[in-house]
Amino acid sequence: MTTSASLTRLHWRYLLLENVRIPIGIVSAAAFPALSLLFFVVPFDYGAEQETAAVVGLTVFAVMSSFLFTFGVGVADDREKSWDPYLRTLPAPAWPRIAGRILSGATFALVAIVPVIVVGALFTAATTTVPRLALGIVALLVAGLPFLLGGLAIGYSLPVKAALPVTQLIFFPVAFAGGLLLPPMLFPGWLEAVSVVTPARGARDLVVWAVLGTPPSTVALVVLAAWIVLTAGLAVWGYRRDEGRRFR
Amino acid sequence: MTPDAIAAAHAVVKDFGDTRALDGLDLAVAPGELVGLLGPNGAGKSTLISLLVGLRRPDAGRVTLFGGDPRDAAHRRLLGMTPQETGLPHTLRVGEVLDFVSRHYADPLSAGEVLERFGLTGLERRQTGGLSGGQKRRLAVALAFAGRPRLVVLDEPTTGLDVDGRRTLWDGVREFHAEGGTVLLTSHYLEEIEALAGRVVVVDRGRVLADGPMDEIRGRVAVSRVSLRSPVAPPLAGTLHSVRDGDRWELHTPDADALVRALVHADLPFTDLQVRPASLEEAFVSLTGSPA
Repeated sequence: MTTSASLTRLHWRYLLLENVRIPIGIVSAAAFPALSLLFFVVPFDYGAEQETAAVVGLTVFAVMSSFLFTFGVGVADDREKSWDPYLRTLPAPAWPRIAGRILSGATFALVAIVPVIVVGALFTAATTTVPRLALGIVALLVAGLPFLLGGLAIGYSLPVKAALPVTQLIFFPVAFAGGLLLPPMLFPGWLEAVSVVTPARGARDLVVWAVLGTPPSTVALVVLAAWIVLTAGLAVWGYRRDEGRRFR
Repeated sequence: MTPDAIAAAHAVVKDFGDTRALDGLDLAVAPGELVGLLGPNGAGKSTLISLLVGLRRPDAGRVTLFGGDPRDAAHRRLLGMTPQETGLPHTLRVGEVLDFVSRHYADPLSAGEVLERFGLTGLERRQTGGLSGGQKRRLAVALAFAGRPRLVVLDEPTTGLDVDGRRTLWDGVREFHAEGGTVLLTSHYLEEIEALAGRVVVVDRGRVLADGPMDEIRGRVAVSRVSLRSPVAPPLAGTLHSVRDGDRWELHTPDADALVRALVHADLPFTDLQVRPASLEEAFVSLTGSPA
């Protein structure tokens, strides 16, 4: 009998394969942050700390876009295909599929941060140590949670046609206000006030803290934790509602 | 409920909003049977299937698969089901889809065997998005057999297939049944059920109208529709159902020849005589005495 762990690996593997064959999404998620770094940081000299923070901001951006789109649009797309209910008639519970999807999303997020880190290491003054880099990647996983869960919430509650624009609408303003593209110290007072209540700001501050040791704004971290709880609630609600509709 | 039934529904009720899809339906499929579920669109066939394979739960009554709740994955170990061919992941290759599905089962068939049985040999490396409609349909049905199941459930398996594709599929189903497999098949084609099933269950409006051997049910469902104009009532002996609209008569009969002979014998001043086989929907009128 196949075990649950091997079923999760099976779904993970095939979700990777399915998506790798349409690489445009993966390539664009990985290319945009690296290109931003290349155009807006590499030609200038902001000093090691600023440039490291810029690389961190763009890795959070990469993870955020990867999670929001894989889960928001990906799950909504799945729900509209008849393949998904078919899988539920196979001798496997529903969760190895969900676990496989989360693992494949995490895999693509890791792939998306590689180019920006490589560009940062080779062409900018950004610097860190191996333990700090490792700590940063762990912090990224935590920082990505509101986007992973928020993506699932969108994916389970909206049809694809709505999920795509909603994701796009949320994504860019939140990323900008969170200081992922421009350092928040340049923000005017009102934008700073908006910034700290976005999940992106807490996510950025957390990873900057892990990589650089810069103490984060406590408010931003508390807000991040609140977003994780809120998006988790929304994701569970969306999943249950979808179950109740399609598999009542 | 039959204790050794592979799949069973007992007094099952299922509502969707105000619509009652299943209305106290009973069905038991014994090991080795090839059962055809026949009924017009909206009769409740697909809803019944979705309960039996664990996709939905009944509002009342009980459904069992291999003696347990089909919503528990353990009871689906020996079940094979067909996806809709439109849903196949289009970037995966035929061999990959087959491998993916097979790995959910403890003792699957070899890929070569499945491909050969359903006329898919040579297509392993093709992405499913690039297959023809018929090839997709055959792959979808093949997936139901990949896990070496004991029960295969086929919901409208050959809709949209050409004659050759239909024959290939039917042969695959017959071979599985000949080896002892149990099959539950739905169709709204009488021809398909006739070609495959030993036992036919006629479902309409969420209930079982008739359940018996193919020959017996065919006699009740294979009905001719005779229509004519006549100012006086035609002989109604032997007709199952008649409708009068002014001087226009519509008669349903299992034996159109006898009816026409009787009409001529009675020297009726009829005009505009038409005889054609009744559609399945019309045949249901005869079975139920009311429009399907």
